[in-house]
Amino acid sequence: MPVRVQREDFDAGREIAQLRAADPKIGAVAAFIGVARDVNDGAAVATLTLEHYPGMTERALEDICTQARGRWKIADVLVIHRVGELRPTDQIVLVVVTGAHRGEAFAACEFVMDYLKTEAPFWKKEETGAGARWVHARARWREPGTR
Amino acid sequence: MKLTVLYFARLREALEREREVVDVPDGVATVAQLRAWLVGRGEPWASAFGEIKRIRAAIDQAMAQDASPLHDGAEVAFFPPVTGG
Repeated sequence: MPVRVQREDFDAGREIAQLRAADPKIGAVAAFIGVARDVNDGAAVATLTLEHYPGMTERALEDICTQARGRWKIADVLVIHRVGELRPTDQIVLVVVTGAHRGEAFAACEFVMDYLKTEAPFWKKEETGAGARWVHARARWREPGTR
Repeated sequence: MKLTVLYFARLREALEREREVVDVPDGVATVAQLRAWLVGRGEPWASAFGEIKRIRAAIDQAMAQDASPLHDGAEVAFFPPVTGG
């Protein structure tokens, strides 16, 4: 159940291959990649800087993965989240869930991603033409089907 | 009781510091009481904690609530709502 917070980019194909490790019991791989956009809340974004709380961030991500494994029958979970300065089109986050069947892999992947957005200590700051601004938090995670 | 207090993101910028070690008096035993004590010292804590909405706290790197108890040597963090992903 690997969790990594890093400045470097990631190769989703390589990460998925390593997580699967050619395990014949895995019939489904659900993956989500979050990417930096060039526009947010109506303003052009030049750079995005991600701050985190070293130590707590990793613990929070591990806790989210543990919760996902408790809720769904899945084989493994991988979370990689980047920090530091990013630019539009850069990858920000990768969540991969493996399991026997797609339903549980999809559900667990969405849960990890949504929960990460409200519980893992990361903060985004955008550099726009009008100056720098901290990104506002969005609504909390809700049970699938209630949004 | 000695505490290490950490600040992140917009709160860190508003306070112009990322950490401080404080020695709080008896009676400062919870997150809410620590926050009130910090604000009671005046600026810049009063304005920063007043202007930034929904500030959350963690004790020893685990999410905490207003009533969560502090202990000597604890690492207490304050930060705005998170915006990762």
